[in-house]
Amino acid sequence: MLLSNIETIPGREVQEILGVVSGSTVRAKHIGRDIMAGFKNIVGGELQGYTELLQEARSEAVERMKKEASDLGADAVVNVRFSTSSIAQGAAELFAYGTAVRLS
Amino acid sequence: MGQLLTFLILLGLGYVVGGRRNAKHLQRLDVRERNLQSLTTTNGRIIPGATLTQPTLVRGGVVISVDYFKRIAAGIRTIFGGRLRAYESLMERGRREAILRMREAAKAEGADAVINVRLETTRIANGRGDKQVAGIEVFAYGTAVRTT
Repeated sequence: MLLSNIETIPGREVQEILGVVSGSTVRAKHIGRDIMAGFKNIVGGELQGYTELLQEARSEAVERMKKEASDLGADAVVNVRFSTSSIAQGAAELFAYGTAVRLS
Repeated sequence: MGQLLTFLILLGLGYVVGGRRNAKHLQRLDVRERNLQSLTTTNGRIIPGATLTQPTLVRGGVVISVDYFKRIAAGIRTIFGGRLRAYESLMERGRREAILRMREAAKAEGADAVINVRLETTRIANGRGDKQVAGIEVFAYGTAVRTT
């Protein structure tokens, strides 16, 4: 499954648009990470626990989007976009969407 | 009295350790950016004069926070208004770090360029009912390509 965030797959030709596909996941941080983050709030710098959490969550959203695309028989997802919304205190939704296409 | 002491210790710790970490991070960013100079990065969709092949989506993200001293200083600053330098440097560090991580991911893929770069910023709150900002997340993504 090829992914790109432009309208095309460079070097290939889009034969058919199969529709918009998306994947999302809602994550909350856990307490251990919060304690470390509390300490980091004093000296500043990267909150590694949170970075990893969001990275994993985003990877999962992308995987779900890819799964939806392959169920449609797509070869690629173009124009991929990400969006993040915090839906409640301590929880965030990571969302990925794009257009599933078949390549010739 | 005890509370005041804790406050002053946190303030001092933030000022000394936080300031040093800030400077070190900026230094590291300079070095890493220099090492990646050959990797063309653009937020447009084309690279003039080049044919692009083998696209892959690359991402880079970081959650970063300010130190205690800067948070207090910025809090005082918001009373009078004006530039919040502490937060400006936080955003700069976050953006540069996220973009670097994305570019490093592209390099690891064997790409020559990253096109259509997009940036996204999200504020991460401290906890339940807490209005204070724990940190910000900066997320960068784009399409890594090979050029011929």
